[in-house]
Amino acid sequence: MTYDYHEPETVAEALDLMARHGEDAHLVAGATAFTLLWRQGLLRPGHVIGLRRIVGLGGITATDKELVIGATATHREIERSADVARHCPALTRTFASVATVRIRNQATLGGNLAHADPAQDPPPMLMALGAEVVAASAAGERTIALDDLFVDVFTTSLRSDEVLTAIRVPALAPGTHATYLKFLPQTADDYATVSVAATMRFTDDGEVADVRVALGACGPTPVRARSVEDALAGAVPDAARIADAAARVDADIAPFDDVRGSAGYKRDMARVWTERALLSLVEGRA
Amino acid sequence: MRADRRLIDALRDDLGCIGTKEGCSIGVCGACSVLVDGKLLSACLMPAVFVSGRAVTTVEGLARGDELSPLQDAFIREGGFQCGICTPGQLIAATALLAERRRPSDDEIREWMMGNLCRCTGYHGITRAIKAAMA
Repeated sequence: MTYDYHEPETVAEALDLMARHGEDAHLVAGATAFTLLWRQGLLRPGHVIGLRRIVGLGGITATDKELVIGATATHREIERSADVARHCPALTRTFASVATVRIRNQATLGGNLAHADPAQDPPPMLMALGAEVVAASAAGERTIALDDLFVDVFTTSLRSDEVLTAIRVPALAPGTHATYLKFLPQTADDYATVSVAATMRFTDDGEVADVRVALGACGPTPVRARSVEDALAGAVPDAARIADAAARVDADIAPFDDVRGSAGYKRDMARVWTERALLSLVEGRA
Repeated sequence: MRADRRLIDALRDDLGCIGTKEGCSIGVCGACSVLVDGKLLSACLMPAVFVSGRAVTTVEGLARGDELSPLQDAFIREGGFQCGICTPGQLIAATALLAERRRPSDDEIREWMMGNLCRCTGYHGITRAIKAAMA
């Protein structure tokens, strides 16, 4: 068996195809994840709708207020974008750390987010940067904060009549530091065993003015570490305070056993790598 | 062309271009590396319909007639392979690297080639060959 492949040229045409085929339709952009799932028999749509020819879904634009990444921009385009590097070098490094250059040349950010694999790299970094996605349907557009996008493994809050069209990353407040750390005990192109993204800004007195922490591969979805953030807000982040805050990540995560380690090991590593991420931000301010 | 055909299927089964090998079938091993409009991709993850109207380069396209490409020549001279199953993918990946960066550093070579596995573990010969081709 196979499927019928459609290539609409506008979002409106894509929405029309989705309305016509309902639950029997599946959207693809780079089609990396879809090709794997199809071959494993885990997805059997009768109709596949390719978004790659829709001109308005590609590209990267930057203004003083935000960075807007089109849903069909590839990981590699984002990795090599001067606008992205100017916006946040840690975001560039996050995309450069994904799999291999072959995958980054094909896989798109919109596909990455809609696929909702909890071990992927961009989601925790984009959560820590306060990003949101734009979803279009026949009823119009709405935005969904990344914090509210991921529902479960491979499951998002996008409705079946919506197309993810863009990712918006707000400009960082001046003086904000950001990092993404990926714990890779096996091979450099592997999924993370745990990953930690963090952003932090300090007051003139050296207190924490803003902090956001998000982890990947630590449960069914990428997750904000709000217990860690709460423990640091307004604090002078010395080593003891950071160690205490990092230990609280245990309350925010729900890792499971897999080939990359037991749940208990991942809990230990989440604490260790959260502490390292926070320390690197504190030590990085000059 | 059936919609669920992959580029590797079209190359090997339909066109008889069997230089491109299929290894892991999940985009990890690099044996099926090809260039599409100059971009390095895994042919096992690429729907064949995606390359309509685009230029696909496989290992068969690296030589000009009987004249090997500088990388092919260097792989032979430097012993950049043992069993040879990964070699078409290694050559294509290295071709993409040198097209993008004329003189990559040792670290850049290792980072770029990291996604092309050699089960004979002939990595030193492969990096030596790439450096020789740059010279």
